[in-house]
Amino acid sequence: MTAQLIQGNRACALGALAAGCSFYAGYPITPSSEIAEIMSRELPKIGGKFIQMEDEIASIAAIIGASVGGLKAMTATSGPGFSLMQENIGYAAATEIPCVIIDVMRTGPSTGLPTSPSQGDVMQARWGTHGDHPIIALAPASVPEAFELTVTSFNFAEKFRTPVILLMDEVVGHMRERVELPDPASVQVDDRPMPGVPPEWYEPFGSPPSDVPALAPFGEGYRYHITGLLHDARGFPTSRLDEIQPWVERVFRKIDRNLGEILQWEEDGLEDAHVVVVAYGSTARAAKQAIKLARARYGRKVGLLRLKTLWPFPEDVVERAAEDAQRVIVPEMNLGQVALEVERVVGRHKVLRVGRADGHVITPEQILDAMRESPTQVSRRRIASPAARKVEP
Amino acid sequence: MNQAERGTYAYLRHHKKFPHVWCAGCGIGIVMGSMLRSVQKLEIDQNDVAVVSGIGCTGRMPVYMDFNTLHTTHGRALAFATGLKLARPEMQVIVVMGDGDALAIGGNHFIHAARRNIGLTAIVVNNSIYGMTGGQSSPTTPLGAYTATAPYRHIEQPFPICELAMVSGAAFVARGTVYHVTELDKLVERAMRKQGFALVEVVSYCHTTFGRANNLKSPIEMMRQLKDNSVPMAVAEKQGAALAQGTIVRGVLRDEDKPEFTQLYDQIIEQARGAPPPRKRKVPRGWG
Repeated sequence: MTAQLIQGNRACALGALAAGCSFYAGYPITPSSEIAEIMSRELPKIGGKFIQMEDEIASIAAIIGASVGGLKAMTATSGPGFSLMQENIGYAAATEIPCVIIDVMRTGPSTGLPTSPSQGDVMQARWGTHGDHPIIALAPASVPEAFELTVTSFNFAEKFRTPVILLMDEVVGHMRERVELPDPASVQVDDRPMPGVPPEWYEPFGSPPSDVPALAPFGEGYRYHITGLLHDARGFPTSRLDEIQPWVERVFRKIDRNLGEILQWEEDGLEDAHVVVVAYGSTARAAKQAIKLARARYGRKVGLLRLKTLWPFPEDVVERAAEDAQRVIVPEMNLGQVALEVERVVGRHKVLRVGRADGHVITPEQILDAMRESPTQVSRRRIASPAARKVEP
Repeated sequence: MNQAERGTYAYLRHHKKFPHVWCAGCGIGIVMGSMLRSVQKLEIDQNDVAVVSGIGCTGRMPVYMDFNTLHTTHGRALAFATGLKLARPEMQVIVVMGDGDALAIGGNHFIHAARRNIGLTAIVVNNSIYGMTGGQSSPTTPLGAYTATAPYRHIEQPFPICELAMVSGAAFVARGTVYHVTELDKLVERAMRKQGFALVEVVSYCHTTFGRANNLKSPIEMMRQLKDNSVPMAVAEKQGAALAQGTIVRGVLRDEDKPEFTQLYDQIIEQARGAPPPRKRKVPRGWG
């Protein structure tokens, strides 16, 4: 184990290498470019490949292509690039090709505020591509966690044959913290399931007991077809209901049945909390401080639920955490994205959004302010912001 | 069945998806035949061949062939293939595209793949129209033609596909037609043998959409046009400026030896592995 003072983006790149990433394709965009720079330097040293593509659409296409060739592959970008990647994220979901997309979120919409922090891509990570599909998205809150969750992203991508999105906000991406980097040999690394049957029996999109079919790389004797058209067990396009229905059910089931592993979160003082803060990413750090202050200064019973997995949304976890709470505060650097999910789960009258989308971080004081408000104010569901945009009854 | 037919027959996926989606009389099957005959002639192991395509009539080609086949999103086939080729440099990666796929939505990837000179065999089946969606104008629709979206006449210039690839840096560029099949076989075969980005533009036609709108209703009429309106390179060179506008020049337009991308990258790997640890760079203060 070695201690280092490094940036979140570096931790992310090192996490990728520890997880066995050997292919990177990307297009420069602040605040994610350091990841590309580090990968361009480090990958050839281990025989891996780096390529700077002509745009983000090509970048994600190239990582899917490399993954089909058997390599663990990733790209990194920020909001505008993430928008461009959406179609092919859907392709990776439909064809069940493992890949990791790092989105270091900056303020949008459009070019927005380059490159102030934001958490505005949460809903896009879930619904950015067209059609129904499962997706996994994780959000680190610190530099050490950027390392850990990048490893987890690769493991999930490979194990469950799905694209995984790491939603890092600009604060985590550019912040420097002390990290105890683990010995590479001690890092838990999972690989994609490989076929154990001869090519003539191989079904790249079949329904094995695990619901995750084996994925043979191209060039190994398993000749098969991959298409973004809905397909049968062998990969050939089909419009037959009896072939499509099982596929749709399986791709969702393969995620749902593994929620125990996929959903990750951290709890702090939830047992007797009257007020529960649900936070993620760098905002969870402000929430942690707010809770500390609330307890020390006002003796309030407040707890924190910090989500590491944002998609699939941890409904049961949130429901349980908020069960006995009078109020649930959701601070985030957007005007209510995870808050929408929390409202869906616990009911909108209990939830107070603390959001801002002006390129500034949420402060502990803002969250403290929200804690002080009366339940009737909460029921008006106003958005607390520095400008205090109060909605009058 | 003669030997050549038997050979290509072995490369088809018989158990699924025939009959194919193309209209009777379409030229795409001829291009596919050229590809299969070239793979057979070069004796490339089926397991080492990958065919990548985008969306459109030509995009449907891979599904019928018993190789490693990847049917991707519209316009992005070359970008997918770039990743695959880097992961598997030993594979013969063939990318088949239509003119809309390669030059409109995928135009950026087209020029950049050529610029990188990455070892892909790119085959563009140019039928001057969007066939699958019903005959809308494409980037190669000739000036003055009528299409579903140019009912009064097309007023944009067509892209010269081969010239575009040449100025972008492709190592090998050739043009053939679906009428001149034996010549096309040779062009595709040479392209497959080439180290570096190799482009073959195959001039085809779409009698169903383009032909119907432009008074060329049968495949035979359209084939005859290809025959009458095209000349081999040697003839074109001899005629020079006297060559009629719109004449299709067939043959190899460029064949250059220049370093291929994945091979250059292997040199980078060697360099990175052998190099002394990089000098410690000064890290800028504040937000890095």
